[in-house]
Amino acid sequence: MTNSTTKVKLDNGLTIHLKEIHTAPIISHWVWYRVGSRDEIPGKTGISHWVEHMQFKGTPQFPAGKLDKAISRDGGFWNAFTYLDWTAFFQTMPADKIDLALKLEADRMSNCLYEPDEVESERTVIISELEGGENEPLVRLGKAVQRASFASHPYHYEVIGEVEDLRAISRDDLYGHYRTYYQPNNAQVCISGDFDTADMIEQITRLYQAKPSTADVPHPARPEAAPNSEQRLEVKGPGETTFIQVAYRAPAASDPDFFNLTVLDSLLTGPSSLNMFGGGGISNKTSRMYQALVEKELVVGVDGGLSATIDPYLYEITLTVHPERSPEEALAAMDREMMRVLNEKVSEEDVKRAIKQARALFAYGTENITNQGFWLGYADMFDSYNWFEAYIERLETITPADVLSAAQRYLSPARRVVGLYIPDNNSKEGLE
Amino acid sequence: MSELKSIHLNSLPGPHDISRVVLPNGITLLSRSNFNSPSVVISGYLNAGSLFDPGDKLSLAYFTSLGLMRGNHNFNFQQIYDRLESAGASLGFGASVHTTSFGGRALVEDLPLLLQTLSESLRYPTFPGDQLERLRARLMTGLAMRAQDTAEMASLTFDDIIFPNHPYGRPEDGYIETVQNVSRDDLVEFHRRHYGPTGMVLVVVGAVSPQEVQEKVLTYLGDWSNPQQEAAHEMPEIKPLSESVRKHITIPEKSQTDLVIGTLGPKRKSPDYLAASLGNSILGQFGMMGRIGDIVREQAGLAYHASTSLNAWISSGSWEVSAGVNPANLQKAIDLILSEMKRYVNEPVSNEELSDNQANFIGRLPLSLESNSGVANSLLNLERFQLGLDYYQLYPAKIEAVTPAMVLETARRYIDPDKMAIVSAGVAL
Repeated sequence: MTNSTTKVKLDNGLTIHLKEIHTAPIISHWVWYRVGSRDEIPGKTGISHWVEHMQFKGTPQFPAGKLDKAISRDGGFWNAFTYLDWTAFFQTMPADKIDLALKLEADRMSNCLYEPDEVESERTVIISELEGGENEPLVRLGKAVQRASFASHPYHYEVIGEVEDLRAISRDDLYGHYRTYYQPNNAQVCISGDFDTADMIEQITRLYQAKPSTADVPHPARPEAAPNSEQRLEVKGPGETTFIQVAYRAPAASDPDFFNLTVLDSLLTGPSSLNMFGGGGISNKTSRMYQALVEKELVVGVDGGLSATIDPYLYEITLTVHPERSPEEALAAMDREMMRVLNEKVSEEDVKRAIKQARALFAYGTENITNQGFWLGYADMFDSYNWFEAYIERLETITPADVLSAAQRYLSPARRVVGLYIPDNNSKEGLE
Repeated sequence: MSELKSIHLNSLPGPHDISRVVLPNGITLLSRSNFNSPSVVISGYLNAGSLFDPGDKLSLAYFTSLGLMRGNHNFNFQQIYDRLESAGASLGFGASVHTTSFGGRALVEDLPLLLQTLSESLRYPTFPGDQLERLRARLMTGLAMRAQDTAEMASLTFDDIIFPNHPYGRPEDGYIETVQNVSRDDLVEFHRRHYGPTGMVLVVVGAVSPQEVQEKVLTYLGDWSNPQQEAAHEMPEIKPLSESVRKHITIPEKSQTDLVIGTLGPKRKSPDYLAASLGNSILGQFGMMGRIGDIVREQAGLAYHASTSLNAWISSGSWEVSAGVNPANLQKAIDLILSEMKRYVNEPVSNEELSDNQANFIGRLPLSLESNSGVANSLLNLERFQLGLDYYQLYPAKIEAVTPAMVLETARRYIDPDKMAIVSAGVAL
């Protein structure tokens, strides 16, 4: 994780971050924009994600219908993601075909058309995406818990947005959001793979230097104070399975406590991977929650994780309740385990174990160039690339006393929302 | 262009850097080194699939595979996972129709741990009763969730229609009643009859030399034998549908209905496969999901996901279109898809469409073969379908040899728009 990278900034504020990797004839090219649902207001929720969709709908140089085939023809794969804090577009290509991707992203930063008929067509596609999510009990539960966890901060809303807003947002709303946030001084171009740094800087500079920068881009959201009392909620729906989701207000990624909570998360529910590609996780059967809940046959599965965000977000634990047990029993057992970390120091060995697990997960993530390209920009969205480079070293400084005080700061029941999905056991499944 | 292709080809796995040996006990071992990352991936399979499940105990192969790591003669459940998780390593098993498969990864210094755990799980599982009951509860919960999942229920029903009375048409995770019927004795017996080194394939990819891989595998698995291991049965014959079949599974209170439309497809070793694969890419994969994605998503705005898949296995395969739509748009989506299928079997694809996809198939090879797990999966497929170690070196020429006429001929061999399975799952019609 300490291979050198090169970072430069153009006069218009565009950041370029490059990492040469010559293990395969591949280049992964990412463009990150500092805009996500965190930048949205009620009535316009989901707009950042919709803008991301509209970026695939054509420019004069790359009309809709042409650009979606252009990358595939050259053997590349590509995608885009909208999250709470950022939107990212990437292409991974054979190294000798990267020019197309560089031109495409530079072009669509400024020249997307947002044709009204494309806007209308995409409206129903995004509503279809929302409806697909709503089919899943855990998506419905997660939405309710997220809403209850934030009263005023935009993290209250899901990235996909509210369906009423998706029905009302206009073409001009979308275009205005695009022109506000898709600017060079709000963007970062990150590239990893088989290229020469000097040549690549020259190429990117040529593509972007003429773009004017705008005034500082607005990011009005501010951290919301943590709750001081527990909330409980229920979501009712079809099925036979009961789920529980518990969400604690967590530290922001740039807060030193994020690393203490990472160790706690490994111990409580098993290590999580922040890699977007190639990493994956490992099993969690020796984690404390698995031992206390699954092995005692109160739940059939337990999962937990932290998200790396600009403002404090959530540490979430999800339980799938055993068909013959009640959610109250599962919660009581979970709370007993939580009391342990609130009252007793973890061991040095526990901390060392969490560090070894983190080291292995990072090693798995270095196997592919796309994931290495991902990290060039991702860490910068909520902190800096040094956050990623120094990740293991920071974990290595953590002591059991640090973990105990972090647990006491963040895992008190007063800081959490407890959500239950209650099935109606009324599945009238049938063949027609 | 051919020079550039040769650069790509030299970096791809081939006889020059894949080691393949068959051990004296019948295990086929493949490995390829990658010293760019300090990790290692193992994967493989045995011929112990759900085709051996009795009808009233469907899920037996799957249940057995999950039970392997619940205890063995050296270590109990806690110890097995403590050893792995403390190292940040992982190992898991699963089962499908033909095989029980496994996959794991670790930092390279923990390869002995991975191989030892693999060996002990395969050879000496103890299937403790309390652990099996926990697994059973998890499987039953999985089935309850499956019954509510519109995509899974559409897919399950589709398989049952096009593969009637055939192992490909039966879910390897079974049904509520069949999972309840499985006993510990059944698992022990299944293990005794079907687990052994004959036909086993093991792939190791990562920061380790083939010599070292072979030595370690011989240490942990070289002396395994099972004279009682049974050979696979012949699969029953499968006939195509004689008319279209339409089924809807009602699952109340769902915002989206999932749809699967399709038919039988070629098996992997069929001479039709590459032409079918290229045609499938044109139909529903290339760019924003090909012609189907274009019609259903881009033009009509009916679905976030609409695409095709060509699933080619050992004895047969399926060719499917799937989409998730608002219930109000279900019939419109079905009509659009069938109309596109008719076009696909009535007119040849254009030269431009075909050459775009040929370029994609060839160009993307280095990308899919970059990581240890990408390489491991590819080596497994080379072995499973006997494609030859030089498959990637010969691949571009084979792809370029496909013509629009071949794509059309292959399409007509499998797809008859008047003889399709059309399955949907969601709210009542």
